[in-house]
Amino acid sequence: MKEQLQKDFDNIVKNLNLSQKDIEIKKFYLDNFITRGFPNRKEEDWKFSDLNQIIKKNIGELSFFNDYTSTNKVDTSVFVDGLEHNKIVFVNGRIEKIDFDYEKKDQIEIIDQSEAISKYNHNSSLSDLNNAFIIKSFKIVVKNGYQWAKPLIIYHTTNSKIWSKNINLRLDFELDKNTSLRLIDLFNDTSEKNFLNIFYNFDLKENAVLKNYKVDKFENKNIKYSFNNIEQEKNSISETFILSSGSNFLKNEINCNLTGNYSSAFVNGIFYLNNDKHHEIRTIINHLTENTKSYQLIKGVLDDSSKAAYQGKIFVNSKAQKTDGYQLSKAILLNKNSEFNAKPELEIYADDVKCSHGSASGSLNEDSIFYLMSRGLNYEQSKELLINGFLLDVVDKITDVEIKNLIKNLIGVKE
Amino acid sequence: MRDKQIEKLKDYKYGFSTDIENTKAPKGLNEEVIKFISNIKKEPQWMLDFRLKAFERFKQLKEPNWQKPKYPKIDYQDLYYYSAPKSMDDKPKSLDELDPKLLETYKKLGIPLQEQARLNGIAVDAVFDSVSVATTFREELTKHGIIFCPISEAIQNHPELVKKYLGSVIPTTDHFFATLNSAVFTDGSFAYIPEGVRCPMELSTYFRINASNTGQFERTLIIADKGSYVSYLEGCTAPMRDENQLHAANVELIALDDAEIKYSTVQNWYPGDKDGKGGIYNFVTKRGLCKGKNSKISWTQVETGSAITWKYPSCILKGDNSVGEFYSIAITNNHQKADTGTKMIHLGKNTKSKIISKGISAGFSDMTYRGLVDISSKAVNSNNYTQCDSLLMGNKCGAHTVPYIKNKNSESNIAHEATTSKISEDQLHYCQQRGLSAEEAIGLIVNGFCKEVLQQLPMEFAVEAQKLVGISLEGSVG
Repeated sequence: MKEQLQKDFDNIVKNLNLSQKDIEIKKFYLDNFITRGFPNRKEEDWKFSDLNQIIKKNIGELSFFNDYTSTNKVDTSVFVDGLEHNKIVFVNGRIEKIDFDYEKKDQIEIIDQSEAISKYNHNSSLSDLNNAFIIKSFKIVVKNGYQWAKPLIIYHTTNSKIWSKNINLRLDFELDKNTSLRLIDLFNDTSEKNFLNIFYNFDLKENAVLKNYKVDKFENKNIKYSFNNIEQEKNSISETFILSSGSNFLKNEINCNLTGNYSSAFVNGIFYLNNDKHHEIRTIINHLTENTKSYQLIKGVLDDSSKAAYQGKIFVNSKAQKTDGYQLSKAILLNKNSEFNAKPELEIYADDVKCSHGSASGSLNEDSIFYLMSRGLNYEQSKELLINGFLLDVVDKITDVEIKNLIKNLIGVKE
Repeated sequence: MRDKQIEKLKDYKYGFSTDIENTKAPKGLNEEVIKFISNIKKEPQWMLDFRLKAFERFKQLKEPNWQKPKYPKIDYQDLYYYSAPKSMDDKPKSLDELDPKLLETYKKLGIPLQEQARLNGIAVDAVFDSVSVATTFREELTKHGIIFCPISEAIQNHPELVKKYLGSVIPTTDHFFATLNSAVFTDGSFAYIPEGVRCPMELSTYFRINASNTGQFERTLIIADKGSYVSYLEGCTAPMRDENQLHAANVELIALDDAEIKYSTVQNWYPGDKDGKGGIYNFVTKRGLCKGKNSKISWTQVETGSAITWKYPSCILKGDNSVGEFYSIAITNNHQKADTGTKMIHLGKNTKSKIISKGISAGFSDMTYRGLVDISSKAVNSNNYTQCDSLLMGNKCGAHTVPYIKNKNSESNIAHEATTSKISEDQLHYCQQRGLSAEEAIGLIVNGFCKEVLQQLPMEFAVEAQKLVGISLEGSVG
């Protein structure tokens, strides 16, 4: 892999007009990645999902060079109907279209910050990989007091024209005071066996509201890693919803830093898996100051020989008195080959707090099935109804009605 | 008057040391020392081979460092691995020949060994540093066919049992401290309950560290044959010393078909002084194997002592329908650190496990519950229930929960709950309104918090443990 990395890296540097300093920074991250490699199960955070093995087994050798000089055709059929929205379209990792038609242009600023790479370091080998090979990255700034009229959908599309096996993406959002943004990540893949490595960073200033929905619904053979870092100042609210279903492997990581008084974070997620898919959600909520709140609800329905893992951590630092933290993870195993692993973790250094977590996994409740069948439903219908109710619980946590309906339709759950 | 009493209780009341002449092995860890220990115990060749095999393996192992409580590096060459009162060199035939100083020590600890003063209904094996000094009620137990003796004696007299079971749950190829123990263990208790026998009294071992600069490595092996039952208690204390002492014990339990073992620990090693100086490093490996069908192993522990506690009493539920239980109270105060919990490994069908863990941290201490529930794909229709609650007193301490939950079986259920909170103002107010002082009120609330676990302890221990819970938290509320 090392030779391939070197070769592709040289290609990128050749094609880009980078200053000597930037090349050196990129080189530094490349070297870091070469020494560390892809994370494996020896690392605590990857205990349940050995990415190194997964990539080896599913993709084999990766290549890293993407030629972004030529454009890709945007396939408009993937666009969501019946919901007015703004768009950012990534095709094979290249931004093909930014369309903020519904918004006031002077209130939103798009900054090309491809050269400012050294700022981001999450101290993981995947972040190193991202830093070394990222070609273009933007920062979207929402100016003081502006509330987005319509949601923003980011389309992640891949097709057979894809250049390399590995795509790195990075986006930054800055939400100034009293702003709000609804964001949906929608994945559409027709390419096979690629590794997508996505990093988002959100800066929420006072009173900012972020609604962040990540939808991975459509069947595909890709392997994805997505890391969202959310910094929250006073009174800000972040709501994250994850639908983890379509890809072969997907790991979503959400890291929330509640640094301002009265800030709150909500993370809800659904695993809906079949075949031999393997998904993971990892959340870290850092309560760093007084009066902050977090709520997490993760549910999974696992069929065939699918595997899901949830690692959730609530950290409360000694200054963060009056913290309210809650976390619940539940899974239904439908098949004897399915597997659910959980590591719900509490790390608490303050005494005046209310923190709890729960985790449960097991089969469908036979009594409930019996109840429904005694009322005339057949086994399949009863099962469907129970699963529907089980998942609806999480979907109902979505506070935006329009998007809630969209996601309901996608999953196929009914009221 | 009352203040004075509290003042007295605040001190660690087992902190005295016994001035007694010792026989020690040469300092350091090498094959010679292991041969010395084996030789002084007059062990057969196979036992020495067992030790040397473990030592060979130990040399390749690295000290683990993933745990939460960090500690200064231990120099394993700077320890004595064997220390015994000189008077024990020629084994005394009866208690009358036992060094009066030893009798006095145990009397002071509240464990009288003399015939007339013995605790009713409890057979005690008293372990002092590296040797067992006395075992009470042996004749009574022999009548039932129960073997209860120091493990060094069992190696001589019952080699077939020891050979068969020693290392069958904690093999010589286990982790760092367990392997170290396999190489250098000195004494400990051995119990064998024959088929169909319900042990008529509690068996108990009292561990005492006395000598300084010594590590204590004892090994306990309990075998419950088919359909038998035994309840076993373990108590531990040590003198107050400024340096840290290492205690790395191995406990192996084996329950055959329909057998039940109940293992209770009240651990009160010296926790160090208020500034965290001194105290015992309690790095213990405890593991039970439910080997037979319908067997049951139940761990109950009250952990109040030690500078650092690092132990995970575990159950391997191999037999179908076997049951594992774990009840724990861990209390840390001042600069104590505890990283404790359990592992429930479900291998057989219809296996059940239950975990109740209560953690209380005060002062500058740190408490971690770390546990694993693993239901394998063959363990059809298995169940686990876990509850871990933590109570925090003050904002200088920490309470953490790190459970690992693995479910590979769609016909099995796992439920886990955890909460962390402080003592509610309302409850305190209610108690104080009814005339209790703040300290008394907290004692009452804490005892209520721990009740589920305290109830699991045998009568004699429960009273003691309840007091201990109160004392450990003395002065933590201001």
